[in-house]
Formats: sequence, structure tokens, C-alpha cells
Amino acid sequence: MKDSYDLLVIGGGPGGALAARTAATAGYSVLLVEKRPAPGAPVRCAEGIGKDALAEFVKPDSRFISAEVTGAELVAPDGVSMMLSSEMAGSKVGYILDRKFFDRELVWQAAEAGADVMVKTRASAPILSGGAVKGAVLEYCGSRKKVHADLTIAADGVESKFSRWCGIDTTVPVREIMSAAQYLMTDITIDPSTTVFFFGNTIAPEGYLWIFPKGNRTANVGIGISGKKSGPGNRAKDYLDRFVAGKFPNGKTIECIVGGVPVCRPLESTVMDGLMVIGDAARVVDPMTGGGIYNAMFTGRLAAEVGMKAISDGSCTREGLMPYDEGWRKSPLGKSIERNWHIKEKFITLPDAKLNAIIHSAKALDLRDFSTISLVKEIIKRNPLLLADLAGLMASIG
Amino acid sequence: MLPANSIGMLKIHRDICGYCGCCVSVCPEGALELIDAYLEVDERCTSCGICAKVCPLGALEVTK
Ligand SMILES: Cc1cc2nc3c(=O)[nH]c(=O)nc-3n(C[C@H](O)[C@H](O)[C@H](O)COP(=O)(O)OP(=O)(O)OC[C@H]3O[C@@H](n4cnc5c(N)ncnc54)[C@H](O)[C@@H]3O)c2cc1C
Ligand code: SF4
Ligand code: SF4
Repeated sequence: MKDSYDLLVIGGGPGGALAARTAATAGYSVLLVEKRPAPGAPVRCAEGIGKDALAEFVKPDSRFISAEVTGAELVAPDGVSMMLSSEMAGSKVGYILDRKFFDRELVWQAAEAGADVMVKTRASAPILSGGAVKGAVLEYCGSRKKVHADLTIAADGVESKFSRWCGIDTTVPVREIMSAAQYLMTDITIDPSTTVFFFGNTIAPEGYLWIFPKGNRTANVGIGISGKKSGPGNRAKDYLDRFVAGKFPNGKTIECIVGGVPVCRPLESTVMDGLMVIGDAARVVDPMTGGGIYNAMFTGRLAAEVGMKAISDGSCTREGLMPYDEGWRKSPLGKSIERNWHIKEKFITLPDAKLNAIIHSAKALDLRDFSTISLVKEIIKRNPLLLADLAGLMASIG
Repeated sequence: MLPANSIGMLKIHRDICGYCGCCVSVCPEGALELIDAYLEVDERCTSCGICAKVCPLGALEVTK
């Protein structure tokens, strides 16, 4: 570890790793710090990602892919289910990753590209000078060191503190944190090529419960509920335990995972003098699905691209870094986050009877793609009775 | 339960905590920090209970 770098990246998740890999590949000096002993572990994810989405950033490899999925099943509160079929979607649907290996692979690639990597190293404070971020204080096994950098990228995930220390309010509203629990279960009977989503206010209030296959008889079985609905006796784990007791009474749990997914709007600003914020730390998760792996990689790469230019121009100011903030907001990703936030706001108000009606009507459709938007558009088209409920969405859908 | 770590009125039950960071993200005071597998609370905590509500496992408790 040197005393100063062009770029300091805080956090070794998919966002931080992509930022570090991008800048190191282009020849910039980069330090990536990760507070945990190993990137990716313990896992805090259901590990689903679209095939195309993954391929934008890394060559698919069986070392970090647990399963390929070709279809999805949506289950209404009354138990009626609809399939988003594989024939309709071709073969390009999704992967269930193995994040322990995936996250490590990405950090590995950053290191191979020339980035310095420090694990078990925590950023504990920013170095601030005249209101600008100039690096961070790092703590490593009892020692403390200041590392200066022209630019710092906060990729510190849902529990992000770094940008808060720099003056950005990152608090997630209680009603917009998905409180999540998941078991990696084995010895259960599932369809190994289909992801299953369960909806309903008794099963997963203001959220959903999922089964993501990781093998023939193995799957991530998990749930996210609104923080607002969480409380003694009705926490994510309680809901999950009730579901598992009914559905997989003889299944074996070989890993217990918990987490929080921010489904609020992104930070008002993701740049300040000397600092960029990416991934979960920037709250750029898809508010409807809770998916954030792609979003973290996308913002990580874009931040590095804009950041490299700013470093070379000696302009790592808020203005110099602004093309990153504007860039992701204007991108298809930024637009879909905005749109899906509105859809989510409507979705969480629907009583079970409405959820039933939606899934019953969608069951009759030939859906060719899995996006929330096409689903909602089709449902509105075919089911005018729901229009009144979903009308507010039309404006944001366009 | 162990009063594992209690500053002010917030108790962290370390035997329950799964160190996921969910609570850290909702604390309006920035009083929580996840140090690897070790959650810490500092003097900024106002015992508002928000973190205790959202914890997926119920590892946090505000005691009166
Ligand atoms: C239960 C659950 C299920 C999910 N399922 C999916 C899914 O199926 N598909 C999907 O796309 N997304 C899913 N997500 C969301 C996804 O996990 C995140 O969006 C993604 O990991 C974000 O990547 P990131 O790089 O921004 O942050 P993270 O992956 O959280 O990485 C942040 C890293 O920063 C480190 N760090 C934090 N503070 C510091 C510090 N001060 N110093 C040094 N290091 C620090 C952390 O240890 C961590 O390793 C799920 C989340 C949860 C909780
Ligand atoms: S939300 Fe609960 S399990 Fe997660 S870190 Fe906080 S106390 Fe621990
Ligand atoms: S009780 Fe309130 S102030 Fe204290 S740590 Fe929890 S959320 Fe923060």
C-alpha cells in the first residue's frame, strides 16, 4: 500500500470491483479496500442476474454461476400462479450466481488489472480539506494509516457510512428498507430452471418471497418485507420460517442469510468535491425487484470512466464529476429506477384481491419478456378494471 | 439475554445479529456501524428504536 493513489475505492462488492478494474485497466493507480476478510462473504444476496446484464461486465463462467434459469413463476396470494415461459423468452433469461466466488472473481480481476487490494481494511474517516474529500483514514489489523487520493469512490453498500461522514444524508426511510432473510436450502423439491415469486400481504407484506434455484434440489429461499411491516413476531425471519415450515418441512438449511435492500429513491446527489457514490451506497437498487448487482456494476464502471477524465484534467470537483451523476440518471438504468419506484409505490398499496386479479389476468397473456414495464403495460391494456388503480402509473410509464 | 453491548438504551444481542447492515442504513443519527462482523452503537443513539424495528432477526432491543 502506498501513501497516495489516483483513485481510492471503498468497498469490494461488485460496484467497487468494477470501478477499480476499470481505472486500473486504463493505467491509473488504484487502491481498493474491503473491511471484511473476504469479498462476497458472508453472502447478502439472492444472487439472481439477467444473462445479458451479466455479460455486459464479465464473461460468464461456471466457477461463479450456480444455475441457469429459463422461466419465472408468479404466485398470487390465493395460490393461483402464472408462468413467464422459457419458450417465450428464448433461452436468454438469467443466472443464479454464487456471490462468494463472483465477488472474489471481480476483485481478482481488479487486482490483475493492476489495482492494489487490501482486505480486512476499513475506511474509518474521510480526509477532508476545504470541504473536498482527499482520501481516507484506513484501519488494518490495529494499525491506522492515511491514504491520499485525487478521487475517492464510496462503494460501501447498504450500510454505507463514508458519504455520510462527508456530509451526504444516506438515511433510508423505514418504509423503504426491505428487511430480508434467506435460507440456502437443500433436499427440497423444486423446478431447477424456474425462479418462483410469491406475493401477498400475509406471505410477504409490501415485498415478496422468492425461490431461486441453485441446483436440482437446492435453492435460495428468501423474503423481503417492508421495514414498516417488520416487528416482534413478524420479522423477515418469522415470515420465512412460517413459509418454509409449510412448503419445505423436510428441507435442510445450510446457510442463513440476512440483509437490507434500499428501495428508496437514489441519493439526491451522488457526487461532491473529490467523491463519487455508487451501487447500494448511492441507493440505486431497482425499487421494484430489489436487484442491485447490475446497478452497482453499471454505476461503478461509469464512475471510473468519468473519474479518470477528471483525474487527468485535475478537475475532481463536484462540477468535474457531475457527468457521472447526470450520466446514470439519464441512462436506461436511471430511467427504469425512477419508473419502477413509482410502480413500487403503487404496488405496495394493492390489497390481496387486487394482486389476485392482476395475476389471474396476466396468466392469460403471452409474455415475451420479463421486465416489470411490459408486464404492467400488458396488464393495464387487458384489464381495464384495474386501470383506475394503476392510472397514476401511466404518466411515469410514458 | 446478554447485555452484550449497551450504550444508552440500545442493546445489541450479538448472539442473534447476522451483521447484515440493514439497521445501519435506517439510523437517522448515523449512530450504528458495522465493523466486519461486529455491530457498534455510539453516543449519538437517541434510542428511537427504528433500527430495532427493521432488523430481520430481532437482534436489537431498546430497553427502558
Ligand atoms: C437478501 C438480499 C437479496 C438480494 N438479491 C438480489 C438479487 O437476486 N439480484 C440482485 O441483483 N441483487 C440482489 N440484492 C442486492 C445486491 O446484493 C446489492 O445490490 C449488491 O450487492 C450491491 O453491490 P455494491 O457493490 O453496491 O455493495 P455490496 O455488495 O454491499 O458491497 C459493499 C462492500 O463494502 C464493504 N464496506 C462497507 N463499508 C466499508 C468501509 N468503511 N471500509 C471498507 N469496506 C467497506 C462491505 O463489507 C461490502 O463488502 C439482494 C440483497 C439482499 C440483502
Ligand atoms: S439489522 Fe439486525 S442482523 Fe443486521 S446488522 Fe443490524 S442488528 Fe445485526
Ligand atoms: S435506536 Fe435510533 S438512534 Fe439509536 S442506533 Fe437505533 S436507529 Fe440509531
